[in-house]
Amino acid sequence: MTTFLQIVVNGLGKGAVYALLALGFVVIFKATEVVNFAHGSLALLGGYVVFATRPTLGWAGAAAVGVLSAGIAALVVERLMLSRAKLASADSLALLTIGVDIVVTEEIVRRLGTRIPFLGDPYDAKPLHAGDVTIFRTQFVALVVSALLLTGFFLAFRYSAWGLAMRAQAENREAAALMGIRSWRVTASAWLVAGVLAGVAVLFLATQDFSGSGLSRDTHSLALAAFPAAILGGLDATSGAVVGGLVVGLAEALSAQYISFDFAKSAVFIVMLVVLVARPSGLFGTRERQRV
Amino acid sequence: MSETITDTPAAQQHRAAPRPDRPLWTVLLRWAVALAVLLVLLYVPLIATRPWLRTGEYAMIGAVGAIGLTLLSGQAGQLSLAHGFFLLTGGVGYVVLTAPTGRSELGFGLPPILGLVGAVALSALLGLAFAPVSGRLRGIYLGVASLSLVFIGLYLGQSLSSLAGTTSRGRDPVPFSIFGIGFGDPEPGKPVFQLLGVPLTATERLWYLFLALTVIAAVLATAAVRGRPGRAWRAVRDNEAAASVLGVSVVRAKAGAFAVSSGYAGLAGAMTVLWFGLLKPDESEYGTYGINVSIAFLAMIIVGGLGSVLGAVIGAVLVFGLPLALPILTSGSSLLSGTGGGAITPIILTQFIYGAAIIAVVMFEPGGLAAIGRRLGTLLSRRGREG
Repeated sequence: MTTFLQIVVNGLGKGAVYALLALGFVVIFKATEVVNFAHGSLALLGGYVVFATRPTLGWAGAAAVGVLSAGIAALVVERLMLSRAKLASADSLALLTIGVDIVVTEEIVRRLGTRIPFLGDPYDAKPLHAGDVTIFRTQFVALVVSALLLTGFFLAFRYSAWGLAMRAQAENREAAALMGIRSWRVTASAWLVAGVLAGVAVLFLATQDFSGSGLSRDTHSLALAAFPAAILGGLDATSGAVVGGLVVGLAEALSAQYISFDFAKSAVFIVMLVVLVARPSGLFGTRERQRV
Repeated sequence: MSETITDTPAAQQHRAAPRPDRPLWTVLLRWAVALAVLLVLLYVPLIATRPWLRTGEYAMIGAVGAIGLTLLSGQAGQLSLAHGFFLLTGGVGYVVLTAPTGRSELGFGLPPILGLVGAVALSALLGLAFAPVSGRLRGIYLGVASLSLVFIGLYLGQSLSSLAGTTSRGRDPVPFSIFGIGFGDPEPGKPVFQLLGVPLTATERLWYLFLALTVIAAVLATAAVRGRPGRAWRAVRDNEAAASVLGVSVVRAKAGAFAVSSGYAGLAGAMTVLWFGLLKPDESEYGTYGINVSIAFLAMIIVGGLGSVLGAVIGAVLVFGLPLALPILTSGSSLLSGTGGGAITPIILTQFIYGAAIIAVVMFEPGGLAAIGRRLGTLLSRRGREG
């Protein structure tokens, strides 16, 4: 029973990180209908900046700079490329982000070379004990930080002018523009927010507690697990991202424990496949309607 | 979400579709060019060095797979990231069907040609089995759902060692042979068959085998695109409701496209196994049958122009050929010779090039290289008509 409890808590901690990444997908998708395949590379970029600036700025400063640079990188990608490809449909733009992903990932991996730095200095590899239950501190911190960030996001999304503009644009882009909402600002801010979330997520991904592997190509494939999270919850449902993230985290942790470690990666995708067969737009996604 | 991948005005104008009003001389010119290219390709093994032949063969593997994907994504409008998985099933299918019976690893001892056909059929059937998913999902949802096949394949490949061999050792495929002509290395001692004074070793033979397979793949694909299946695929891609009103069975067209594409990938997988002379399951999701391969195939067809068979072939030469060609080109010079951390290797350079090419194509020329070619063609034929 204690093992089970441990796994659930650790799984939820992982899920919280996936939720951060998945929310990034959803925010971008809501604003622009583009699926950002470059999300993993944004996380990688943020992580690399943390690694590169840590000796001079210390962990906290480096983390702040890393998170910010992931956000700015996302902004640059949107402003420089996606906003200029006006001819392309949303799906073509998704393909464009694959191109971005390849270039950025290869460059970061090349720069890292043989180094695989861990990024979670203050909390990594310092387990917490509560009675019989031992949980990874990273997962615990991730859970708390994600809860705060997600609450902040949902409050802003619900009550701020930015959130209103965002929801309006998601509802009907043209009508929103006619109401005086600056479409480009909504889009750009969506990318910025998504980039920042990816930058936060990487601080937990590249730790011994989370994956046992430092910042490397593996981090990028970990971030890939946020894909099923976003799809499972529904690409246009913000709350779906959180639920999807937690489901993915739990599925991964439980199957790693009870089936096999190798199976965990596949388990996540199988869960997604099952959900998609039953509900093609995810758990909370809006059903697509077709007019003739 | 729009129903198609290239739902842009510019792309619509340049879609690969048969044009009945093509003047006779351009048709003849096309045939002449195709024939000339084929003759050159037949002649290549007699002059090219071994590394170049290997490069060309690898590009042909890419071409076969990319043709399959361009039918699915370009013609039928279904985004798939499962190509790596079907490559694996094709490779495993060939090895298992042809391997000798009665060993610890599974084998059926079939003749290689049946093994090859079986590998294609097996992959196509597995693609068909995915129809309940592929038929229900659209666009990005399908893309990510199909990605799950790669992960399932990764797990199965690692755990079913009686099929795919172990990750450390793998399995040796039976070399291809047909009508008593072997495509492996000739037995030592026996005289090697010579063509115009050039001994045909395994590398040259494989070139001819791959060339034949690629030509068959391309011809069949072109016929499908120009014929009834292609029309059905495009109709479904552009508007499912309209297609069903026209009497196209949407479910069948979608499932068919997925099966055909998977069959192509299966052939490419069997070719991969023959090329490496080894079947080895991947250790991570990046490998011979991994996500990176699925994405590389996607890159080929985007750069080449979605839906264009010729574009897919050119894309394959770029994406699969370049990483092998660059080291040959730069050997001896200091360029690209570094190894280890931080060095720009040919593989990394190729990734940069095709990553950038994808970005450039989507931003500036949604129809890919095929659209550029078609525009040049129109320009030439217009000038020909006026002058």
